[in-house]
Amino acid sequence: MDLLTIMLSTPIGNAGGAVGAGLAAVGAGIGIGQIGKGAVEAIARQPEVANDIRANMILTAALVEGAALFAIIVGFLAMVL
Amino acid sequence: MSRNCFKFLLVAGFSFFSAFYFNNAFSQVGGAKGPEKKGFNAKEIIFGHVLNNHDFHLIDIVDDNGAKRPVSLPLPVILYSTQRGLDAFMSSNFHHGEQNYHHYMMLTDEKMEELKLDPTKYNAQDIVAITDDGQIDRSIRVYDVSLTRNVVQMLIALAIFTWVMLAIAKKYKNGHGVTSAPKGSQSLLEPVITFVRDEVAKPNLGDSYQKYLPFLLTIFFFILINNIFGLLPGSANVSGNIAFTAVLGIISFVVILLSSDRHYWGHIFNPPGVPLGVKFILVPVEFISVFIKPFALIIRLFANMVAGHIIIICLISLIFIFGNMNKYAGWGTAPFSVAFTIFIYLIEVLVAFLQAFIFTMLTAVFIGQAIEGSQHKEGHDDSVMV
Repeated sequence: MDLLTIMLSTPIGNAGGAVGAGLAAVGAGIGIGQIGKGAVEAIARQPEVANDIRANMILTAALVEGAALFAIIVGFLAMVL
Repeated sequence: MSRNCFKFLLVAGFSFFSAFYFNNAFSQVGGAKGPEKKGFNAKEIIFGHVLNNHDFHLIDIVDDNGAKRPVSLPLPVILYSTQRGLDAFMSSNFHHGEQNYHHYMMLTDEKMEELKLDPTKYNAQDIVAITDDGQIDRSIRVYDVSLTRNVVQMLIALAIFTWVMLAIAKKYKNGHGVTSAPKGSQSLLEPVITFVRDEVAKPNLGDSYQKYLPFLLTIFFFILINNIFGLLPGSANVSGNIAFTAVLGIISFVVILLSSDRHYWGHIFNPPGVPLGVKFILVPVEFISVFIKPFALIIRLFANMVAGHIIIICLISLIFIFGNMNKYAGWGTAPFSVAFTIFIYLIEVLVAFLQAFIFTMLTAVFIGQAIEGSQHKEGHDDSVMV
């Protein structure tokens, strides 16, 4: 049983998909954490524009999360296909 | 010196142990695929909820000898093929894939394994045409236009949504809430509609927001009500279906294209203020991003909804997975699992609203970028479309 057969087998394919999805979650966490940090600091500096900052924060967080979800879908496909 | 010896012995012992123990993992390769035990199949439950079905599956009644009888609400099956024409009947005739009806067969997971069907071509719950002796007739292409679970739930949500909106609009037409304060259901919807108008439409679309406001409001409320309906236990997963989100994305794409003008395409193919060398990289990226932006809308809504549903089902399935191993482990897992599920459920309600809002706002942003040329004449400060 050589290495290639082992690598292409289903349990390792599933593990690859799961690891990829986990890394995507790490990426999303880091990205959205930095967005939150910037937003909270900006609100602390200028509380009266909190609403504008919050709207922009949510918009940017959705874009970053969209990218992370691309990767999670690919991880899922690696498991299923 | 003895410390190094000890470390060496520890590493050697661990390597021996892992070499003999982890061989077990490779012995399963190519063999065990799919569950053999009839205990609890989490994958079947997850996919049974997330995918589309020809009936509303309510519960499974387990007999004394362990046989499962599904209780479900059957839905009409409508099939069309050029050879056989139109066929319509109730999906209960298939008895959950156990019987064939009128020379059609519903594929199930067991049948797909038994007949060794290619999983990329056939899925469970597909309906295929069969010949008289029960073999799959591959020459007949069956178009399945039946009223499946997603379609029926979408139509119900649409009916409720239209009824509520028309009732509230009639109230405004009768004069309530126009010069006086809004009452009742008007005060439910008016803040939401003014929110979409003031925070989403006006900042992004400028002066011509009135033209796009019906479209944006429809997209927002349609996605919202389908998200909320999908969260009810036992309901179908409409907005977590790639076909549903793809159609919404394509409609947004068409609206964006129809409202684009020469300035928009000029900016894409000839971005101002950009050196020539960078232009070679930037123009293909900009052109592809015209298509990628609606594609991202599609994938974002689909992935958020499907991921939420899968998380909730997985957390509840944990109880049964542990319960299969040991009855008391199942009972012990239950409080934590239910608490976690309630927490995630509340987040999913938030995500339902948030995803509807994000889809609408990003559509408004893209339309705003497309119509921007007609808004201001000169003084382009940003040359790259975000």
